[in-house]
Amino acid sequence: MSPLQIKKGSNKHSAYNLRPTFSDVQETHTLAVLVDNEAGVLARVIGLFSGRGYNIDSLTVAEVDHAGHLSRITIVTTGTPQVIEQIKAQLGRIIPVHEVHDLTVEGSSVERELALIKVASKGEQRVEALRLADIFRAHVVDSTLESFVFQITGTPEKVDAFADLMRPLGLVEVARTGVAALSRGA
Amino acid sequence: MTRQMTGAKMVVQALRDQGVDTIFGYPGGAVLPIYDEVFQQNAIRHILVRHEQGAVHAAEGYARSTGKPGVVLVTSGPGATNAVTGLTDALMDSIPIVVLTGQVPTFMIGTDAFQEADTVGITRPCTKHNWLVKDTEKLSGVIHEAFHVATKGRPGPVLVDIPKDVQFATGAYTPPAKTKVSRYQPQLKGDMETIIELVEAIENAEKPLFYTGGGVINSGPAASQLLRELVEATGFPITSTLMGLGAYPASGDKWLGMLGMHGLYEANLSMHGCDLMINVGARFDDRITGRLDAFSPQSRKAHIDIDPSSINKVIRVDMPIVGDIAHVLEDVLKVWKARGRKVNRDGIAKWWKQIEDWRKVDCLKYKPSPKTIKPQHALTRLEALTKKYDRYICTEVGQHQMWAAQYLGFEDPNRWMTSGGLGTMGYGFPASIGVQMGHPDALVINVAGEASWLMNMQEMGTAVQYNLPVKQFILNNERLGMVRQWQELLHGERYSHSWSAALPDFVKLAEAFGAKGILCKDPADLDEAIMEMIEHPGPVIFDCLVEKHENCFPMIPSGEPHNKMLLSDAKTKDAIGTKGAVMV
Repeated sequence: MSPLQIKKGSNKHSAYNLRPTFSDVQETHTLAVLVDNEAGVLARVIGLFSGRGYNIDSLTVAEVDHAGHLSRITIVTTGTPQVIEQIKAQLGRIIPVHEVHDLTVEGSSVERELALIKVASKGEQRVEALRLADIFRAHVVDSTLESFVFQITGTPEKVDAFADLMRPLGLVEVARTGVAALSRGA
Repeated sequence: MTRQMTGAKMVVQALRDQGVDTIFGYPGGAVLPIYDEVFQQNAIRHILVRHEQGAVHAAEGYARSTGKPGVVLVTSGPGATNAVTGLTDALMDSIPIVVLTGQVPTFMIGTDAFQEADTVGITRPCTKHNWLVKDTEKLSGVIHEAFHVATKGRPGPVLVDIPKDVQFATGAYTPPAKTKVSRYQPQLKGDMETIIELVEAIENAEKPLFYTGGGVINSGPAASQLLRELVEATGFPITSTLMGLGAYPASGDKWLGMLGMHGLYEANLSMHGCDLMINVGARFDDRITGRLDAFSPQSRKAHIDIDPSSINKVIRVDMPIVGDIAHVLEDVLKVWKARGRKVNRDGIAKWWKQIEDWRKVDCLKYKPSPKTIKPQHALTRLEALTKKYDRYICTEVGQHQMWAAQYLGFEDPNRWMTSGGLGTMGYGFPASIGVQMGHPDALVINVAGEASWLMNMQEMGTAVQYNLPVKQFILNNERLGMVRQWQELLHGERYSHSWSAALPDFVKLAEAFGAKGILCKDPADLDEAIMEMIEHPGPVIFDCLVEKHENCFPMIPSGEPHNKMLLSDAKTKDAIGTKGAVMV
């Protein structure tokens, strides 16, 4: 032991080895953020996540109130409870942010995603793809003799499941919107 | 009444309506219309700096010493990018700054035009908020909103980017009173239930401690006054971060000194041993907490902060109170008085006895030398000889900064300007220029290291041009002292690039700029030399040659808890073996 009370070879004296003692269970939360629809507001939100090292699993944004120039950003993020709290507090600090809602903790919510899925196949595979699409209530929005484009809406899990089933049946391309979410009830 | 005027005129009008009397800046192509308006009026004084970083630091010094927002005017491209360090510094230390930048005309944005930079993009993460104004009609409203955002809530830097065609075009000017009320209205009053919980904790605590920070000073003079009242009435000990020095007077008997990595022994051990920690406007910075899992293990913690994101960021607290310090302290005092002004007198008496024992360690003692000037001695003498003046202190960053915090005493808020969060070498000199602008008759001293000072030495031209009698008190050890100290402690004494083989002759340097230079290397001459510095009516560079290998103590080694601090007599040579030193 040296006079610094640090064992040789120890990394205890790192200035950055200062992890707090919060729970390290990872949780996934869906946040709805109401913002002024002005230039750069999305960059502020995304910059916050990248700058502070938070995760973005999914992000959607569109103007929801044309008269009030308000956009709604729906962000699905993963982190420890303390990180999620920080994300909400940090979002709240952004000047054009009006409201931050954590739909995961504020009662139950509906989450939906839309995906377009292109499948190219022939014969039995093509029939099977159509049959599964029917089960998943996916619609055919484009069709050629060799391909379909399916439109499917639902939870991200349902979209995942459908895309997985299409993989052996000639899946070519997937386009997803990301999650839109609203709290249930009035 | 709205009046029609050019965008450039609007800028000057808006600044006047916001009560601005001083701006710091540097002209360039994209702000020429505004400079033309600055030229044609006398209400606002413009200080021409020598580098845009200096302008922002000067504005910070002005803001921190006066409590008013600092204003900067610079050009597009390099003018804006040079301001980035100052903006980041102001963001980290919550200093209200309004930076106005010129921009290429709107129709040239995005074409890689001459001196074009994506200023709002570059400064987005280092401002509290920023705006690109593409329409002259909106310009005055945005500038008023910029002042509102910079100064309300947790203060911070804002930036308004103004394309040159917007400066030339004509639009309607809206005065502040007619501007629509900002949606940004931070919460000032704290939650009453939690305040009552805090008062109960105050009544029962056996080992309480106030841990205060820059938020007290940012909240305004009333917050410092209320803090003093609360401390005196309860008899609780108080410590402060680097940023909060002066909120409670250093001569007060409840004062334990600064805490943290180079804080005082009694302050840090009190933090470690307390059973109630009342954090007033501080943010549990890593220089304060040390190792988090061993940080003040037995205490219940209250945290008063206007910024909700400061709460539970790194330390989980039991009593979070979001609100303005002055508002919350007023409520705490009111409730505590109404409930009969109770404290646990026996417990607190015992606690003070314990603290007195820690004080006896006398952690700031150092080995004096008759031959060389010890930096601690230089600051002790500076303190003794300048105490009676109307004094403001700035610092650069490094060992000298920590020694200044340890050996100088601050009786009032807004008297101590130092770069805390960002640790910006080169901050102090331009900051001292800003302070002197705000307080023309005061004694403004920048305690510096020679390496930091050289980072913005060009501002000597500014000091001389405006005859600002700022005193540059350079503790010259010909080393990057703090880097050298870490290399000694953690890197096997391999002093990689932490010394300069080509330092200027500071006396000649001062003379080259038309200022006064003083060289002092003998402890016997020190007092006389300091008096000569104080009495000289113009700017002075004081080159104080100090002991080259002095280390700054006490010190909590990084990643250690408060009770593992090193005192000055610790033997630091070979403290860590070669193998251990490869890790940072």
